[in-house]
Amino acid sequence: MANSFKGGVHPEENKGQTSGIPISELPPPDIVVIPLSQHTGAPSKPLVEKGDEVRVGTKIGEADGFISVPVHSSVSGKVLGIEARPHPLGRRMPAVVIESDGKDDWVDLSGHKDITEDSPQKIREAVKEAGLVGLGGAAFPTHVKISPPEGKPIDTAILNGAECEPVLTSDHRVMLEYAGDVVAGLKIIMRVVGAERGFIGIERNKPDAIRLMREAVAGDDGIEVADLKVKYPQGAEKQLIKALTGREVPCGGLPMDVGCLVQNVGTSLGIYEAARYGRPLISRVVTLAGRAVKNPGNYRVRIGTQFAHIISASGGTTGPFSKLIMGGPMMGIAQADGDAPVIKGTSGLVLLGEDEVVDHDPSACIRCARCVDHCPMKLLPNEIVRFVEKEKYERAKQYGLLDCMECGVCAYICPSRIGHVQLMKLGKAALWAMKKKAEQEA
Amino acid sequence: MENKLVISPAPHLRDRMDVKSVMYAVVLAMIPACVGAVYFFGLRALFIIVFASAAAMLTEFILQKATGKKVTIADGSALITGMLLAFNVPPGVPYWLPVAGAVFAIAIAKIPFGGLGYNPLNPALVGRAFLMASWPVYMTAAWIPPSRGTISGISAITEATPLGVYRMSNMILADGAAGPDQIAKATEYLNELYSLSSLKNLFFGNVGGCIGETSALLLLVGAAYLMIRRIINWRIPGTYIGTVAVLMFILGGRGAFTGNVLFQVLSGGLILGAFFMATDMVTSPVTPRGQIIFGVGCGLLTSIIRLKGGYPEGVSYSILIMNITVPLIDRFTRPRKFGEERVKS
Repeated sequence: MANSFKGGVHPEENKGQTSGIPISELPPPDIVVIPLSQHTGAPSKPLVEKGDEVRVGTKIGEADGFISVPVHSSVSGKVLGIEARPHPLGRRMPAVVIESDGKDDWVDLSGHKDITEDSPQKIREAVKEAGLVGLGGAAFPTHVKISPPEGKPIDTAILNGAECEPVLTSDHRVMLEYAGDVVAGLKIIMRVVGAERGFIGIERNKPDAIRLMREAVAGDDGIEVADLKVKYPQGAEKQLIKALTGREVPCGGLPMDVGCLVQNVGTSLGIYEAARYGRPLISRVVTLAGRAVKNPGNYRVRIGTQFAHIISASGGTTGPFSKLIMGGPMMGIAQADGDAPVIKGTSGLVLLGEDEVVDHDPSACIRCARCVDHCPMKLLPNEIVRFVEKEKYERAKQYGLLDCMECGVCAYICPSRIGHVQLMKLGKAALWAMKKKAEQEA
Repeated sequence: MENKLVISPAPHLRDRMDVKSVMYAVVLAMIPACVGAVYFFGLRALFIIVFASAAAMLTEFILQKATGKKVTIADGSALITGMLLAFNVPPGVPYWLPVAGAVFAIAIAKIPFGGLGYNPLNPALVGRAFLMASWPVYMTAAWIPPSRGTISGISAITEATPLGVYRMSNMILADGAAGPDQIAKATEYLNELYSLSSLKNLFFGNVGGCIGETSALLLLVGAAYLMIRRIINWRIPGTYIGTVAVLMFILGGRGAFTGNVLFQVLSGGLILGAFFMATDMVTSPVTPRGQIIFGVGCGLLTSIIRLKGGYPEGVSYSILIMNITVPLIDRFTRPRKFGEERVKS
């Protein structure tokens, strides 16, 4: 039996539309919109002003504190300004708007020495300077993850190639096309954190990637390429660790509490490129999929490229569509229009047709317990949302509201079409507000 | 972007199964037993099922219209209540009786609580309890022999159901004043009940009983369908039937550990109750451990009623009583969260 965890669901995968198409470069747009907040943590502090000339890779924002990263220009050209622009996560947020001069001039990286064999501290600095964050979607600063505090030894480094979200295939393509570099990244991670064991976890629906990665790690006894059962959310950090090591990250804890570190395969590639070439994160692979897309596939896209540009530059659409999702269909965020840009955590753009837009008209819970049976965190989603609806947030917390990772399994499986995820978010926000208020009064 | 885009929260995919498909799968699973009922008890059975279902749906429609609520009769839950109520009455009752039961089930046990999802008790069982209390003679005596057999499933007795014969025989055997020929008779009845031909009759449904409860085979066909569709799981029916089997094996015979397990499992409303009524989602626990406790509790009560109760059969009251405990069971059987300490503080 393949490695897995308890619970979860198996939505239609729908990956065939793009999984066989090699990554191709999308020409940079005339204008990029680069938000200063693309990661978990404090937004970057802008380093440029209107009118400044920048090149590809010019640092335009500096990390503000430890849990923060710099951002870089993804084109060469002129800064048009720093203004509030639509952000894929919803609100308008400050972004550096740059007009491309079309020359695509890079900053000079020739002075960078290969530091792949250098000290952990040097690598952490290079990773931070490259603006690297988790590319799986959560966008947590990578240098923080590879800097475990004293007393939290890490023995196992895991690369996440599960890609359990339906439709998305960007990680799959990265593994196929950069297998050697991905493994090189893992070796760097293992050395930096002192892990003696490495895993690359890949769902069984990607046999070609499993084979290729096995070839790439051949001869290294410390690294195992493990096939995983095809199940959502197999790629969720805690579930992946459980599947591969049998360890359970404690409630409210982090992977390092059980000696583990998880990085997305694309992030591993980024770590290698940062250490080897000093290359900052100015582009990423984005899956563009959906029936309405004329040329679906995986595209290497500059950070800051607006969604509408990706769709048109790839060849446009063949017909109308009703939903534009940044990310996968299970956890992605529906966009109001195509104005928001690709950020570091953008793994895909999915277009849904009118008939694919699902009904969100909830009816009463019939207590069928499907959410209970499938919740990968073993919560009682039905009870938690009931408490949230009644504004009994403390009770919701007792029932594990804060353990919910918003994977959406409960809402997916719910016959009453209840919007659990929305209610969970609402409940968490209410708890945060209560906590803040209590702190102010104290 | 030229077209207007829909904004809604994730997930943007939903499993195909909705409330309607759950309910109509249950309806479909009851069809074999309906066909069996007509085969064994004639068209009367069909009329009772149709009248009870129509009454349940119409009552829901009228009440929801009258109170300005959204009419939900299309979701199939009222249909299930009507069908289950019909399954739980003897085939010889007058036609108005199941109608009264169905109206009571919907108007008292379902709609006032807020409709589907909010009723604490299984409406069909409340309807049946109401009929039992109001017209006990009809509910305990209006048996009809099946088309190819006797009410008891054995030839020696014709008036009582298998569990009725079982109870009567046990009372005679327990009665110190019973004469030797009475004891011999009672022993003979019991032996006949446990014979292969009697057990076969129970399995295929060729015995007297409530309309939908007699054929274990046809009920199991429907139950298997619900299991395969993953609408019900083994926990409640398995522990319910298992508990009855164990307890009745130990206590249900003449002397300890001599009970006839097959007879106990196949007779009465146990199969119907365990697979179609105790598993009612709204009125059973959501937690895995809770479902097991619920099933064991139902089995315990059913066994006690069969052994010591005033009625020959206790499936419906057992489930009703356990329905009441559901909020409590759910509360104290919360699963261990992923990553939660195994030892509870």
